[in-house]
Amino acid sequence: MPAVSGQAPASALPELASVPWRTPTDAAWLRRWGRVWHAWTLLYTVPFLAAAAGMVWLDPLATPVALAALAHAWIIPELYAFRGASTVRPKGPRNEAAEAVAQGLLGDFLGHEERELQRDTGLALERGGLGIWLVGEGGALLVTPGGRRVHCFCVGTTEAELPPSDRIAHLLLALRQDEVGFATVANHAFAGAPWRVRRRLPTAMRPALDAARSAAG
Amino acid sequence: MDGTGHTTLAEWSVEDDAAFEAAVREFAGQQELGYIGTVPDGPGKATHVRALPRDADMVILRRPIAGG
Repeated sequence: MPAVSGQAPASALPELASVPWRTPTDAAWLRRWGRVWHAWTLLYTVPFLAAAAGMVWLDPLATPVALAALAHAWIIPELYAFRGASTVRPKGPRNEAAEAVAQGLLGDFLGHEERELQRDTGLALERGGLGIWLVGEGGALLVTPGGRRVHCFCVGTTEAELPPSDRIAHLLLALRQDEVGFATVANHAFAGAPWRVRRRLPTAMRPALDAARSAAG
Repeated sequence: MDGTGHTTLAEWSVEDDAAFEAAVREFAGQQELGYIGTVPDGPGKATHVRALPRDADMVILRRPIAGG
């Protein structure tokens, strides 16, 4: 029987009730916003590059100003990528006394390879319908099929005192329950090429993004 | 799941009505505190439950998530 119009399906994430105005973050939404972010990156990069080239062409004495324009063209995209990578950086209290117990429970949810990867990198790899997810303590990365784009989401539990592995387990369970709902509740922070995010990730986390790209390709 | 890693709140079996009733009361109490019942359904799947399923191997109570 089809769901009654206006009612969420039984499998929907209950947290969706807190964001009723949001459009479901499905594959079409991700493609659209991937293109928007790509266009936006060009929009704030190309004018600086053109200005730099134009200034040097008009008057070589303007080279220092042109260099400043080039710096802008480099720094602004880097800041956006940094913002995206920051969604999965370790954050909040470590709660080391309880972390071993929480790690054990999280390990039970993961396959052997994913468990090893999570212990080494702090990110849990999860295969979904939208792509390959990397779930961290307070955010998640989604590598879309083909591995050419990564979406960064800021999302976490409402109880910050949980040990880090419990925070990941919370997100993993919500993701497994309703993938589109999970992405809808999360705040979309960035979309771009994986190499842009990778260089801004902590070194220990980079193998997780490599594994996700490999799985998505 | 809580600040200690996790805590076992109740245990029951399909045949033990008294234990199941106690578990149902505990489950309802946790829901009132804002916890969400989730049943892991094997690799990559989980189900939200509003009532305690008698035949579930494990029900995990988690806190809501929100965009950061």
